[in-house]
Amino acid sequence: MAAKSSGKAPAAAAPASAGQAPAPAVPAGMTAPPGSWGYAPAPESAEIVSIASEYGLFIDGEFAPARDGKQLITLNPATEAPLAKVAVAGQADVDRAVAAARAAYEQTWGPMPGAERAKYLYRIARALQERAREFAVLESLDNGKPIRESRDTDIPLAAAHFFYYAGWADKLEYAGFGPGPRPRPLGVAGQVIPWNFPLLMAAWKLAPALAAGNTCVLKPAETTPLTALLLAEVCQQAGLPPGVVNVLTGAGETGAALVAHPGLDKVAFTGSTAVGKEISRAVAGSGKRLTLELGGKAANIVFDDAPVDQAVEGIVNGIFFNQGQVCCAGSRLLLQESAADAVLDRLRARLATLRLGDPLDKNTDIGAINSAEQLGRIRELSDSGDAQGAERWSPPCELPARGFWFPPTIFTGVSQSHRIAREEIFGPVLSVLTFRTPQEAVTKANNTPYGLSAGVWTEKGSRILWMSQRLRAGVVWANTFNRFDPASPFGGYGESGFGREGGRHGLAAYLDA
Amino acid sequence: MPDRKTADPADGRIAVRKTYKLFIGGAFPRSESGRSYPVRTPGGDLLAHAARASRKDARDAVVAARAASAKWTAATAYNRGQVLYRVAEMLEGRAAQFAAEVAAAEGASGKAAARAVAAAIDRWVWYAGWPDKVAQVAGSANPVAGPYFNFSVPEPTGVVAVLAPSGSSLLGLVSVLAPVIATGNTAVVVASEQRPLPAVTLTEVLATSDVPGGVVNLLTGLTAELAPVLAAHRDVDAIDLTGAAPADRAELERLAAGSVKRVLIADADWAAPPSPQRMLSFLETKTVWHPVGL
Repeated sequence: MAAKSSGKAPAAAAPASAGQAPAPAVPAGMTAPPGSWGYAPAPESAEIVSIASEYGLFIDGEFAPARDGKQLITLNPATEAPLAKVAVAGQADVDRAVAAARAAYEQTWGPMPGAERAKYLYRIARALQERAREFAVLESLDNGKPIRESRDTDIPLAAAHFFYYAGWADKLEYAGFGPGPRPRPLGVAGQVIPWNFPLLMAAWKLAPALAAGNTCVLKPAETTPLTALLLAEVCQQAGLPPGVVNVLTGAGETGAALVAHPGLDKVAFTGSTAVGKEISRAVAGSGKRLTLELGGKAANIVFDDAPVDQAVEGIVNGIFFNQGQVCCAGSRLLLQESAADAVLDRLRARLATLRLGDPLDKNTDIGAINSAEQLGRIRELSDSGDAQGAERWSPPCELPARGFWFPPTIFTGVSQSHRIAREEIFGPVLSVLTFRTPQEAVTKANNTPYGLSAGVWTEKGSRILWMSQRLRAGVVWANTFNRFDPASPFGGYGESGFGREGGRHGLAAYLDA
Repeated sequence: MPDRKTADPADGRIAVRKTYKLFIGGAFPRSESGRSYPVRTPGGDLLAHAARASRKDARDAVVAARAASAKWTAATAYNRGQVLYRVAEMLEGRAAQFAAEVAAAEGASGKAAARAVAAAIDRWVWYAGWPDKVAQVAGSANPVAGPYFNFSVPEPTGVVAVLAPSGSSLLGLVSVLAPVIATGNTAVVVASEQRPLPAVTLTEVLATSDVPGGVVNLLTGLTAELAPVLAAHRDVDAIDLTGAAPADRAELERLAAGSVKRVLIADADWAAPPSPQRMLSFLETKTVWHPVGL
């Protein structure tokens, strides 16, 4: 694996094979022998985005500090350098935000014709497109994900989500929720989102809620508040009426205060299953509507007739996309026994070409882990893989000295009872199991309390459909993996949560139909 | 209750009374606990002793429902529709018996009871038409921005616990049970605690209507005793709290959170026309992607 030095990491992190290495093996002017060339650094400039030293809460259309003045520092996980101080919302701020959202719901947003709401959402979608690079750089700085992903996936999908739901705002009576009166919004929605796709998750929450006529109080994750705050600025500049969108930064306590607030009609949460259960208990008996998008432990199933090169790309995309910090990551690789060795050989060779390093470098494949806490969890679960007898492999890989990093890792010899086969690692760690028959593959794939996603790789169409019918998962990717689209419903079975985001189905979470 | 009334040997014949038992896995066991409880008319007359199901009976019912799930889910929608329609046919033939039982259980007039039974039969027929249509109503082909064929289909959630409404002993029960099984779920039903006898008789209809054993399991007993067991049970995928006492609902929701159950709280006017909402509450949406290419 080729490690690259990030802008602020010590140069010692760069291996001799990298393009910027100070002592080339071949004298200048001579042709380098095959295999010895490297990539020159290709960093995206961070200057496109100006980060303020401090950020307030976005309540009722204005930025303001927390009532009690509390702040937290958000870091660049690739360097551990502080990026900004952001306010920590307390109970008084939650009260204020919910009151502002209620007033906006009753006075402006609720009564507004859908066609007018739509135009605001179109404005937001367009603003995200216009400022896409700025958002992408900010996302990579705050989250640690490669610019290639924030630029090509997170930000375009966020804009597409607003564009898609904008069009629903004046067509709700055609959304297929049956006869009777026009579907009505629920009211004020409290939305708590995770750090793995900060802006995209904000878009997934806000766009359908606003299209349906609800107003929102959004709580971004503690470690990734910056793009949600920039989105708040976009809302302001779009002229969105005050109080329609409120953004409360903070940590778990802020989220807990929000979901418990009696002024909400709806709670939507994306995050871990453990926190989802806590929220579910907190909401019990309140009459609030609830949707949960929780963890996963997806099986990515490769049959022996699968096109190996495509499957290997799909496996890599399945578990190393966003450093594996994806709820629907293909974290369990199920290989048909007869093909296991061939696929693993090809997979190892492919991993050796992945480039880990500066998230802002356009050639980077693997960025930083989002936080020290998450890195600790990945390490702890990986160590359990060693302790329980699985065999660990990573490509040769030097990690930058500063920042939070974990090399792409494969465990073979994994049994279904191992913790690394059962628990969500949320990191670049793949557990490999094998199977002989399609039925065995289904049984193993479904042997989990989760049910968010699954992958199937085979050239046989009838087998794809047979497998798709039997896999207990909300999304089945056949001969592809980790594809997302605003028109495509996303969400889980079982302990992966309930409700769908995306598509016509995503409206149901925000309508009283 | 016909049994009781004709128990008076005025015509010289001693009536044969029925033992009201549980319905689990297609069989009619008594409670493993050996317990029963008296069921009375609203006026206080003893109707029968119904089985008082235990926690163990509830767990057995979940096992039976889970065992029946794969086959019922895999049955064609056309087949499930015919099975449900067959239930309506069987009910129609026993309409008079049900009317008498509903009248006794609910203290309703004969006319009102007959109307409720007719409505219950019609409701089965309404749901019998849904299995092969719900996927067309709730599913979709999704126009994603890329070379992929993408579609969404509804699938049954799995094992659904149903706390049947306490007041409407047959129409209410049918209104909460039929939408659960029409789409391929299997059910563990807790019958109305005060009015369980029409529910037990309904299971006799189900047992003779091509409904595979285990698809519907019925427990009679104390709702407050059985509901927490089902709400907390990790192999129950969803729970309908319609029949729970309002004061108990929050605690049942908390128990259900432990395994991320789908929870339905929806009171209804059982005489009003139904909507597909109850069916949709116990369906999952599955979305499948496949690349398009040469």
